[in-house]
Amino acid sequence: MPIISTSGLARTFTTKSGPVHAVRSVDLTVMPGEIVGLLGPNGAGKTTTLRMLTTLLAPTGGAATVAGCDLTADPARVREKCGYVAQSGGVDPHITVREELVTQGRLYRLSKADAIARTAELAARLGLGDLLERRTAALSGGQRRRLDIAMGLTHRPAVLFLDEPTTGLDPGSREDLWDLVRGLRDEFGTTVVLTTHYLDEADALADRLVVIDGGLVVAEGAPAALKTEHAGSPDASLHDTFLAITGRTPAAEAAPVAV
Amino acid sequence: MLLHDTSLIFSRYVRQTLRSRFQIFFGILMPLLYLFFFGPLLTELPLGSTGDSWQVLVPGLLLQLALFGASFTGFAIIIEQSTGVVERMRVTPVSRLALLLGRVLRDALLFMFQAVLLVLAALVMGLRAPLPGVLIGFAFVGLLTVSLASLSYALAMKVRTPQEFGPVINALTMPAMLLSGLMLPMTLGPAWLDVLSHVTPFRYLVDAVRDAYVGSYATAHMLYGVLVALAFALLAVTAGTHVFRRAGA
Repeated sequence: MPIISTSGLARTFTTKSGPVHAVRSVDLTVMPGEIVGLLGPNGAGKTTTLRMLTTLLAPTGGAATVAGCDLTADPARVREKCGYVAQSGGVDPHITVREELVTQGRLYRLSKADAIARTAELAARLGLGDLLERRTAALSGGQRRRLDIAMGLTHRPAVLFLDEPTTGLDPGSREDLWDLVRGLRDEFGTTVVLTTHYLDEADALADRLVVIDGGLVVAEGAPAALKTEHAGSPDASLHDTFLAITGRTPAAEAAPVAV
Repeated sequence: MLLHDTSLIFSRYVRQTLRSRFQIFFGILMPLLYLFFFGPLLTELPLGSTGDSWQVLVPGLLLQLALFGASFTGFAIIIEQSTGVVERMRVTPVSRLALLLGRVLRDALLFMFQAVLLVLAALVMGLRAPLPGVLIGFAFVGLLTVSLASLSYALAMKVRTPQEFGPVINALTMPAMLLSGLMLPMTLGPAWLDVLSHVTPFRYLVDAVRDAYVGSYATAHMLYGVLVALAFALLAVTAGTHVFRRAGA
């Protein structure tokens, strides 16, 4: 029984220069406990797809079920069961880590005591224990990202959506974050859907990749299977595979160099 | 649920305001300047009121405080859009109406507090008005703030950049102030101006508060003022909630 399934999910934006088909048709099936990477160049429709699946944006076509609830008929229940971490995060720079986490728990309808207990639990798990009294503006990039993810986990969601989770992070922080995501799945069975345009991230983290280009799913499968199918060998680089699938070199979308 | 959600959002933004003394006191500067430097010019002028000039001017300044203060509240949400706070809240199950109400009720509280300070300063300058009338004035400030702040948030969610938002708000608030007779009663002017001013909702509110300040509570002005203020608030909150529900793009 899939935890996410979409058919023909589409979103068209009306702009002054005519309609823009950000997502043309996305069919997606995600099983519980999977880590699925939506891979594609900038502007492929990855973020728009996530924004629809998290109820932020109403689809203009197709249908979807997320965690057993219909996306358009019952967005309120979808919100209760999903966590979403946007690329920009979503914490106020002037508020302390503790206050943001407690408020977030309460927005998810935890009691005050539960929200406080959950804050301590998440802070311990995500290495934020010593930072609780800091204003979020005073955190480093990696710490900020861990806070963003803690915010998405306050209500123990069945599905966690991560939009470009490691953009702007140094290599060490990126690997910490990958470990964290794997840990969530292994320990709590959390299903994780993330977008990325980093090939190494997709390769290292995702059980299954869904390649999106021009608002359509152009390929999907486990990284090794995709490589075999499109680049001739399971040991081929994802770079060559991506090139074979999209006809474009992903060079511009390469991972950040170490700093 | 609505009550729970609204009080959560409300207390979050109250704490935010309390951290910024600047925000609490700066907004009152403009009405205070009018009170000190414009008010004394009116004391000997015939303003067509049964009360004195302070009873005419102070109601106008109160609504001016709400008009200019509340109209610009949208700037805060433009900042919150860019930090992702608005989206992050919209992903939670929290009521959409509460997302708006929690914010605008904080604004109402802030501007009513500033209104109290303004009236205290006016007392020093020579204002004498009945207490129930003064309290009615505060209620109108609160209600007008709810309306204008809702519309301001809605507009800010639509335009998204301060470069677009600022000029639009300036272009709307200046004529609104001039046409509503906040500074001087419109009845002093030519008939066409008086008629035109009835197109803005603020005209009805300022007439009502001026009546309240001279102790006349059961008047047609008061009735129209209450009706217009309530209808305006209902419309504005509906429009604002709609934007929080489906803010796209």
